[in-house]
Amino acid sequence: MKKIFLLFVGVSMMFNSFGQDEGHSDLKKLPSVQLTDVNGNIVNTSDLGFDGPVVISFWATWCSPCKRELNTINDLYVDWQDETGVNLVAVSIDDEKTKHSVSVYVNGKGWEYLVLLDPNGDFKRAMGVNNVPHTFLVDTEGNIVYSHNNYAPGDEEELYEHILELVKK
Amino acid sequence: MKKRTLLALTLCVSLAGYSQDNGQGGSITGNMETIFQYLNEDTLIGANQPDSKGLLNSYMNVFYTHGNFKAGMRVESYLPRIQGYPSNFDGTGIGMRYIGYANDFIDITLGNFYEQFGSGLSLRAYEDRALGYDNALDGARVIVRPKEGVTLKGVYGYQRFSFNEGRIVHSDGIVRGVDGEINLNRTFEKLADKKLDVSIGGSFVSKYQKDNNEDLILPENVGAYGGRLKLRYSRFSVEGEYILKEQDPSQDNDYIYNYGHATVINATYSQKGLGILLSAKSVDNMSYRSDRTKQLQNVLINYLPSLNKTHTYNLVSSLYPYATQPVGEIAFQGEVLYSLKKGSKLGGKYGTAINVNYSTAYRPMRHTNGINPLDSTGVTYSSGPFDISDSLYWSDFNINISRKFNKSFNMILAYYNMILNNDVATVTKETGLIKSNIFVAELGYKFKNRQSLRLELQALLVNRRDSLGNETSFFANDGNPVDKGDWATVAIEYTINSHWYVSIMDQYNFGNPDSHHRAHHPYFTAGYVQGATRITASYGRQRAGLFCVGGVCRPVPASNGLTLSFTHSF
Repeated sequence: MKKIFLLFVGVSMMFNSFGQDEGHSDLKKLPSVQLTDVNGNIVNTSDLGFDGPVVISFWATWCSPCKRELNTINDLYVDWQDETGVNLVAVSIDDEKTKHSVSVYVNGKGWEYLVLLDPNGDFKRAMGVNNVPHTFLVDTEGNIVYSHNNYAPGDEEELYEHILELVKK
Repeated sequence: MKKRTLLALTLCVSLAGYSQDNGQGGSITGNMETIFQYLNEDTLIGANQPDSKGLLNSYMNVFYTHGNFKAGMRVESYLPRIQGYPSNFDGTGIGMRYIGYANDFIDITLGNFYEQFGSGLSLRAYEDRALGYDNALDGARVIVRPKEGVTLKGVYGYQRFSFNEGRIVHSDGIVRGVDGEINLNRTFEKLADKKLDVSIGGSFVSKYQKDNNEDLILPENVGAYGGRLKLRYSRFSVEGEYILKEQDPSQDNDYIYNYGHATVINATYSQKGLGILLSAKSVDNMSYRSDRTKQLQNVLINYLPSLNKTHTYNLVSSLYPYATQPVGEIAFQGEVLYSLKKGSKLGGKYGTAINVNYSTAYRPMRHTNGINPLDSTGVTYSSGPFDISDSLYWSDFNINISRKFNKSFNMILAYYNMILNNDVATVTKETGLIKSNIFVAELGYKFKNRQSLRLELQALLVNRRDSLGNETSFFANDGNPVDKGDWATVAIEYTINSHWYVSIMDQYNFGNPDSHHRAHHPYFTAGYVQGATRITASYGRQRAGLFCVGGVCRPVPASNGLTLSFTHSF
């Protein structure tokens, strides 16, 4: 009985998730987790304080595709901001072992993003991130409207199309 | 137990239903992963076929928030677990569930939770599903923020030890702790505009486990406590933490009655285009578990990070990595990242980044003068922070240069020189120091139609010894390479469009001293990505080695077969 019940729960959750992909994604709000930025300031993830759309990108200093993605976007970032007013928040899931290399990397690479530290995976868990890189697009109401797991060169163009779509609305 | 489970499930499901009826209501997030393996026998690389042939790991997280209310659960399933996954994962059931309430002032959680005090030296409850690491606490946690800049935490609970026939088995001992941190600049208005930013914190953790040893009188309550300080001034930042642990005789330390201590210091300087990090760590007798008889990655209360870079290239990360030595080590690390200016002669149009990193670890000095290890105190030596011996555990020098030549072509060149003391941080059957030189070249090319190609070339060369065990040069006739000898890896990854990619990798053990074992390890992967869903299929040989994510590794046996994986977030 218990097994059947579990199965039912699993299946219903799955349908729920697939349902959301088909346009009901307005149900998913940005969860509230208290993180610190690289300067030690506390930031509440549900109240990031930006006016325009926000891209939230989960990454780590040991993740090559993550760094490829964020370095690529960094070259385009000034244009993206000018055209759409978008802000990117790079959430590092580096734990205590590599956490201190984050500010070294971010500054060494001259990133202009807001960089948050999530050393114990609290925000990662709340956002349902299986593995990095995982990128979310959040509208001005705090709704998650698009998400993408993985990075291949060119994925940033698709992300930008979604940002443009959001701004046009 | 069963009733409770059903209740939790019903609650979650009904809440899920509720939120869908009412779009303005709560929010559901979560994720799932399923990995299936079908493995073959492969005697050449020592891969076995499990009796059941097929293996399956799955989990799904569901988190619900509605206003200040939150709830969540995870169902896990191991039928049976995939190869190399820790043995204490078995069956199907609820691996985590909690309910809670949070507002700006207070955050209460009942049930399972993950938590970290300071840098984790005193307490860290953490999970990494890919590695099979989960020491979640089950009990109660409260976080209070009484004033801007002040955070107080209290935790009380049992740790997860294993997942047996679909049920959580708790550790024998209970864990309690409190932690506080204050940022002076945010708390006191007078200091708000000061250039120097100061945070002070402290924690106290205690575990209770009944004395279950007939021969020894063991401390049943063991405390660990200490403080931390963070200073930031303009582009400089320094932070450090010191934790002292009371007498904690355990399997790890051979039941000695020494106090343990741990110190971690990190200093950074950064400006645009330049980042510098210096780290130092001193640890002695700091293994801290809620069950003194457990070992490996089980029921650790605290976290002692190893002080070295987490590498990503396959031969660098998984053959001879270093794991932290909780019994004791003194380690240092330095890292510099410098970006040559875009448009400059050396930097090129798109800039060039140079990353240099060095880390090393030594055994701490243990003074035994005037100490009788057999006397009734049970104290076997004395030691102090940063009191270092000349016994090397690890060293790693590496340099990485990355350059983007134009919009479509980029290249990374990297070199690593690593020395691992395999007698201490054992990863293989070899004795003594294993020295490896690793060369990596990575080339990326992006075509106009969104297709792209990535090529990785890696070579790992180990040190040679003659028949007497003396080190010889690379080219000496009587020199035999240590362990499994030299390796080369070629990997090609081709992105077909925004959804599909394929890759092929071959790890070739061309320098194995035993010519019969100079095996190729081809591995094919095809992947499909659609939004937050990813499906991959892989087939081929994988060598025995360490599988690492972030800072933690687990040994994985050699395998030959099919792996299918599905991940989805919602």
